[in-house]
Amino acid sequence: MSLRRVVITGIGAYTAIGKNLDEVLDSLYHGRSGIVFDPLRKEMGFRSGLTGHIESPDLKGLLDRRARVGLPEQGKYAYLATLEALKNAGIDQDYLDRVEAGILYGNDSSSVPVIETIDMIRQKKDTTLLGSGSIFQSMNSTISMNLSVIFKLKGINFTLSGACASGSHALGMGYFMIRHGYQECVITGGGQEINAESMGSFDGLSAFSTREDVPEKASRPFDRDRDGLVPSGGAATVILESYDSAVKRGAPILGEVIGYGFSSNGDHISVPNIQGPKKSLEMAIRDAGIDIREIGYINAHATSTPVGDEKEAQAIYEVFGNHRPWVSSTKSMTGHEMWMGGASEVAYSLLMMHNGFIAPNINFENPDEHSAKLNITAKTVNEGFDMFLSNAFGFGGTNSTLIVRKI
Amino acid sequence: MLLLQAQNNVNSGIMNKSEVVDIINGFLVEEFEIEEEVIHPDATWRDIGIDSLDFVDIVVIIDKEFGVKLKGEDMVDIKTLGQFHELIFQRHQNK
Repeated sequence: MSLRRVVITGIGAYTAIGKNLDEVLDSLYHGRSGIVFDPLRKEMGFRSGLTGHIESPDLKGLLDRRARVGLPEQGKYAYLATLEALKNAGIDQDYLDRVEAGILYGNDSSSVPVIETIDMIRQKKDTTLLGSGSIFQSMNSTISMNLSVIFKLKGINFTLSGACASGSHALGMGYFMIRHGYQECVITGGGQEINAESMGSFDGLSAFSTREDVPEKASRPFDRDRDGLVPSGGAATVILESYDSAVKRGAPILGEVIGYGFSSNGDHISVPNIQGPKKSLEMAIRDAGIDIREIGYINAHATSTPVGDEKEAQAIYEVFGNHRPWVSSTKSMTGHEMWMGGASEVAYSLLMMHNGFIAPNINFENPDEHSAKLNITAKTVNEGFDMFLSNAFGFGGTNSTLIVRKI
Repeated sequence: MLLLQAQNNVNSGIMNKSEVVDIINGFLVEEFEIEEEVIHPDATWRDIGIDSLDFVDIVVIIDKEFGVKLKGEDMVDIKTLGQFHELIFQRHQNK
């Protein structure tokens, strides 16, 4: 079977920098931060009280009780992001019923439902008092299981857990599914809970920024004075579809996924290296069959940790050399969206590509030795581009790289 | 609100049949979003759209509201809402 072209026909986002695409676009363009100080975290014994902030949506009136009961926080975000993405793609239930359509979503935790369930068991010593939603909210596959039922999907249906590269790998696997002819349409994306409970153990690794006096300045990827990441969350959905299907139904084509690369560092569980990410970048470029000079923008994974950003800067430099495309990390505004980031950052980059600008890497005030070699912009650049590359890396040394072009 | 009321009810131990009926019908409307007009004593679970998963949640609410612990076998012969009202009323009286 010949390989099929895979396009993006819809995106949706519910994030710390906007509850829909219009708000997100505005924040990206103006370099607006979604980071706040949460006093509750300090009361709980956190090193850092910094976090992205999201309003919890009320889905009453949008979904019936049975559908709502099974959705944890990140499931609600993912539902709203998917609703927006399907609308933008012009996809209705009739289409989802007719074609091979499924879901591959990135998610790697659902802490609060698990904690509440265990607390209840310990307190009541009676599992029949847990209610029906607990199990469906608690599992890592909570988003794909709930959304597949809500949207009556009949195709591929599972969650991909790859730490902070989950969302990116979900897109990559969806791309493979369509490219090889197994699916016509795949709802891909990533979701991330944003509560304190889920972040305690990560805070305990001293990985978070403690620059609490000015929260919006805390996330500063690539900056010489960065002191750690800021946890954040939300959900982003990217609708992947075969090119033929999209053309046939006259769908808006936002971009074409032309390259997916992946690798594993096979090294330290939390300390990144250069070779793993470099291999992922090279594989994506090879898969895309492009000249690197065609890439106009790199949405870096850079989370604002001292070591991670340095290694990524070196990997990018080793691959791109003297071709210096624009680079920014939107995590400077959103914080680290973890399981969701690899998907949301494709959505953010698509918004930039279609609106002719490069979103700023805010708080990039002074480069270090390695970031100085990249073309990182701290200010919004009013310049269009036709192709971008998006990185996502995670614990265990999992790496994912996607390349998308305008058509 | 419901929880407060429940605590008072559990503590006082005094409740007549119509109070039991009102509380059950109340949570079916408020919590389970069932249309009031389909709720009547002869209605079956299917008539009002309650499935086996919903019943897991009803067990939790009955425990909170009445201090009554329901088990699967309690429900074998309960086909209508009226029978359910009576079961909960009796179990509450005999606590």
